[in-house]
Amino acid sequence: MSRLVRMDCSGHTTLAEWTAEDAAGVEAAVAAFGAELDRGYFAMVSTGPGHAEQVKELPLDADLVILRLPISGG
Amino acid sequence: MATADVSCPLPETAAVPWRPRADARRLRRRGALWTLSTVAHIVPFIGAAVLLFVVQPLAVAVSLAALAHAWLIPSLYAARGANVLRPARRAGAAAERTALGLLGDLVDHETRDRHAATGLVVERGRLGTWLVGEAGAVLVSRRGRRVHCFCVRVADASLPSGDRVAHLLLALRADEEGFATVANLAFSGARWRLARRLPPAMRPALTAAARLDRV
Repeated sequence: MSRLVRMDCSGHTTLAEWTAEDAAGVEAAVAAFGAELDRGYFAMVSTGPGHAEQVKELPLDADLVILRLPISGG
Repeated sequence: MATADVSCPLPETAAVPWRPRADARRLRRRGALWTLSTVAHIVPFIGAAVLLFVVQPLAVAVSLAALAHAWLIPSLYAARGANVLRPARRAGAAAERTALGLLGDLVDHETRDRHAATGLVVERGRLGTWLVGEAGAVLVSRRGRRVHCFCVRVADASLPSGDRVAHLLLALRADEEGFATVANLAFSGARWRLARRLPPAMRPALTAAARLDRV
């Protein structure tokens, strides 16, 4: 089961869960993913120990997609 | 180890187009300039202290005050560097627990334990070894002898601490040099100077980062 989570004030919120065979789940996940990107979130996927990658389309085969806010120099 | 995939730079770098992209050479240069600037600040005080003592030994108290200034200035800069790792306000206990669970999924067991003890995540990168906190990160380089303290944060103060660290960690892992470009340099200098200014609970993480950087 893959998950789309957004880091927020609650710790994190799971926005969607899907499997490759679940067309409705995939559709909902893609819609939620697009909506969060429109809100200014960036989507990140771990690509191995110490590695991460920003993605602009929902990677359906990823176990976990994390939405983060932009960072800036303090 | 953080990647260096410049084909997908950190999007936040677009907000600082006037900054050249950070790399090891530029960081070394900035570190050298920082040291030069510090020397330029303290040498006049030392010179004045020596000169005053030679000219008028009875003014030793003034000479000592000048020497104290020479000691204090680098210490204040180091304190500014240590501030980047200072913990921020805590969210509710449930949110903190949830956020720590997600952060725990991103790091290995040893790093998780160290974060629990120190509040910092140690992350090996290409530029050196990073200490990632809630509102900043410290790059340990030159085989553990040098530190660059960066102030960088996520703009949502309501996030729990684990999420703030996870934001920085994910950005760092995606584009280490872009991360160092976006962040503001707060201090660059010797590791021991920073260690003296860190809360005791955080010092083991700095020691671990220095040890890892020597490997």
